[in-house]
Amino acid sequence: MSAPIPPPAETPASPPPPPSLLDLFISFSTISLSGFGGVLAWSRRMLVEERKWMTAAEFNEAYALCQFLPGANIVNLSVVFGRRIRGAPGAVVALLGLVGTPFLLVIAIAALYARFGDVEALQRMLSAVSAAAAGLIISTCAKMAEPLFRERPVSAPLVALLTFASVGVMRWPLYWVLAVLVPLSIAIAWRWRR
Amino acid sequence: MRDDTGTLLALMGYFALMSLFAIGGAVSAVPEMHRFAVEVERWMTDRQFSDLFALAQLTPGPNVIIVTLIGYHVAGVAGAAVATLAMCGPTCVFAFYIGDVWERFKEARWRVAIQAGMLPIAIGLVAASALIVGRAAAQSWAAVGVTVASAALTYRLRLNPLWIFAVAALLGLARLI
Repeated sequence: MSAPIPPPAETPASPPPPPSLLDLFISFSTISLSGFGGVLAWSRRMLVEERKWMTAAEFNEAYALCQFLPGANIVNLSVVFGRRIRGAPGAVVALLGLVGTPFLLVIAIAALYARFGDVEALQRMLSAVSAAAAGLIISTCAKMAEPLFRERPVSAPLVALLTFASVGVMRWPLYWVLAVLVPLSIAIAWRWRR
Repeated sequence: MRDDTGTLLALMGYFALMSLFAIGGAVSAVPEMHRFAVEVERWMTDRQFSDLFALAQLTPGPNVIIVTLIGYHVAGVAGAAVATLAMCGPTCVFAFYIGDVWERFKEARWRVAIQAGMLPIAIGLVAASALIVGRAAAQSWAAVGVTVASAALTYRLRLNPLWIFAVAALLGLARLI
C-alpha cells in the first residue's frame, strides 16, 4: 500500500464496487454478533468469502499487521479496513458496528449478572464455562506457539517462558515486564534474522 | 471508597494506558487486568473476574468486551462506556494513523525484527491468561478435566467453542463439575 487511502476502484475491471458506509456498518455488526469467543474466523468469512472485499492474502496481511499493533486485533482490523475503503468515516462506522452493537448486548448481560450473579446454579454454570474457556486459551496459545517454536526452538520458547513466569506467576506489572523483555526479544530476533 | 468521578477517571486512565501494552490482542491483557482489578484496586474477587471472563466468552463480539464488563461491574453503564472507549480509543487512533505507514516498511529488517520479537511475548502473555483463568476455574478435578478436554478438542477440531461452552454449562448445572 503506497497511497494512504486508495481511491475507490471505478475501473470496470474490478467487479465488486466499494462498500457503502451502511454496508460497512452492517457487515461489521454481523461479524461481531456471529462471533462467539473471538471474531477472527467470522471476519475472514464475511470479508473474504461472502463480500469478497479482500482476497485471502490481503486479509492475512492486514490481520498480521493488526496483530502487531497494540490493542484488540479485530478492533484494529475494523479501523484499518474501514479507513482503506472509506477514509475516516469508514473507520468510525466499521468500529461502531464491531464494538457498538455487542456493547449494548453486553450491558444487558452485565445487568443480569449484577442482579443474579449470586444464584448458585448460575455460579456453577459460569465456573464450568470459565474452565472450558481456559482450555480454549491453552489451545490458542499452542497454535500460536507451534510454528514459531519449530522455527526458533531455543530463543522463542525462552522469551515466552520468561514472559509467562513474570506476568502469570510472579504477577509483576505488565509495563515493567514489557520494558525489559520487548527490547531483549527484538534484539534476539534482530540477530537471529541476520 | 472514592467518589464516582474518581473511579471513572481511574478506569479511563488505566485502560487507556494498558491498551497500548496489549500485545497480541485482548486476551494477552487479561493477566494485567486481573492484577489491577483484583489485586491492586480490589474491585472484584478472583471468582467474579473469571465469571466476567466467562460472560465475555459467551457474548458474541470481540474478546475486548471483557473490558466493558469490568467497567460495568465497577461503575455501571458510565463505567462500561468509559472503560470501552479508553481501551479502544488510543489504539484505534494509532491503527488509523500508523497502520498503512507501518505496512510500507513491510520488508525493512527492523520491522521484521520488531514483529518477530513481539510474537514470543504475545505467546507468553496468552499462556499467562490461561493460567489466571484456569486457576480461578479449577475448583475441582472435574473442572480441571473440562479445561484439559476443551484444550484438546479445540486444538484438534475446528469446532465452534460455543458447543464446548454449552456442554460445560450443562455439566455445571447438573452439579457434575
